[in-house]
Amino acid sequence: MRIKEHPILSFSKGRKVQFTFDGKAYEGYEGEPIAAALHAAGVMVLGHSHDKQRPRGFYCAIGNCSSCLMVVNNEPNVRTCTEPLKEGMVVETQKGKGDLR
Amino acid sequence: MRTTEIAIIGGGPAGLRAAISAASMGAKVTIIERNENLGGQLVKQTHMFFGSQKQYASTRGIDIAEILLKDLDKYKDRIEIMTNATVLSIFEDGVISIEQDDKYLKIKPQSVIVTTGASEKFLAFPNNDLPGIYGAGAVQTLMNVHGVAPGRSVVMVGAGNIGLIVSYQLMQAGIEVKAILDASPRIGGYLVHASKIRRMGIPILTSHTVKYAHGTDKLQKVTICQLDEKFQQIPGTERDIETDVLCISVGLSPLTELLWQAGCNMKYIPELGGHVPVRDKDLQTSIKGVYVAGDVAGVEEASSAMVEGRLAGLCAAKALGHATADFEELHNDCIEQLNSLRSGHVGEKIRKGLEQVAM
Repeated sequence: MRIKEHPILSFSKGRKVQFTFDGKAYEGYEGEPIAAALHAAGVMVLGHSHDKQRPRGFYCAIGNCSSCLMVVNNEPNVRTCTEPLKEGMVVETQKGKGDLR
Repeated sequence: MRTTEIAIIGGGPAGLRAAISAASMGAKVTIIERNENLGGQLVKQTHMFFGSQKQYASTRGIDIAEILLKDLDKYKDRIEIMTNATVLSIFEDGVISIEQDDKYLKIKPQSVIVTTGASEKFLAFPNNDLPGIYGAGAVQTLMNVHGVAPGRSVVMVGAGNIGLIVSYQLMQAGIEVKAILDASPRIGGYLVHASKIRRMGIPILTSHTVKYAHGTDKLQKVTICQLDEKFQQIPGTERDIETDVLCISVGLSPLTELLWQAGCNMKYIPELGGHVPVRDKDLQTSIKGVYVAGDVAGVEEASSAMVEGRLAGLCAAKALGHATADFEELHNDCIEQLNSLRSGHVGEKIRKGLEQVAM
């Protein structure tokens, strides 16, 4: 959910861009974190724990906690809470630790 | 190898103020910031600051970031700014390694000021990792910087200043705050914030905690309960609150990895948020040429972080031979400002913590 009205803030956003998450098409604003765009579209589950595959969401939002690691354009372990969204990004759920290429 | 006189690790309030003060003394400075933009966590602080005029009282955090960036610009011929640059290590010979845009770089400064800040603490209860459970700072970032609501309704854990301020900001953004819990029998934050919250009709439940979070792939409700005077859960006092957001605001702990790696003498000081470096009056650690300022040196407020940054910048520049005639005056001004920010009842905990790390 996007905040539409705010008493003291106005949100200046970049242009609208398209991206995919697990094969489905989504829309967000260029430059906002990938996780913020997903969150605005109602996607709460971002990463998964290594051992028990428990779903993890947005926890720290500043790249500290590793709760939001996903595969972006084939690169695993991307901190989606800080990684800026770009046109045509391919975002996928990561399970496990990811492989070094 | 690239060189600089003073490397500043972290471009938040402490780091920016350190850069400005060191450069104003004539030093060549390099700021190394992990994120795309400078300003650290100031950019999500929509509330007005306390303190005196010297610490930008009555100015919103987001506007303070702008003021610092303008001041920084005055010395742009002496300040190099690296963004999207994460410091990976500080080596024994003083070399710093950095990852920037997928490249590995090294830089050799003559001294370093570590201003890496702090990260949010967690709380232990079953299902505390469910999506929908956030740190209070994350909620601030999400709604105040990115304009995205964390959910429909919120239960806040922690009635310290951050918990109270973020609750107010949630209400401003049109999100219902169902209750604020605090394990302590008393509200930790300033009365002015607590009164504002109470006037809006939000219950502040002291001696309460979260017992259990419910949901499968996202939070649906929380079970809360009352605590006795020994912070033990009282059976039979449980009740459920339906909510899709639980916000954890139980304090911060200093991000000290680089200080450990540099070999600084560290001490566990609960009053300062965890392990912090011992330091002298110039904010130099036990390693010569390694200075600290802000939350990494002990969790406090952005106001004191900025004064510490200014102090560390002055002292690091002077140690490299950049003394100006008014150094003593500026130095004393910093000390006086810090003493005033830490005075009285609210500063008691900080004073007690700092006594134990003075070198």
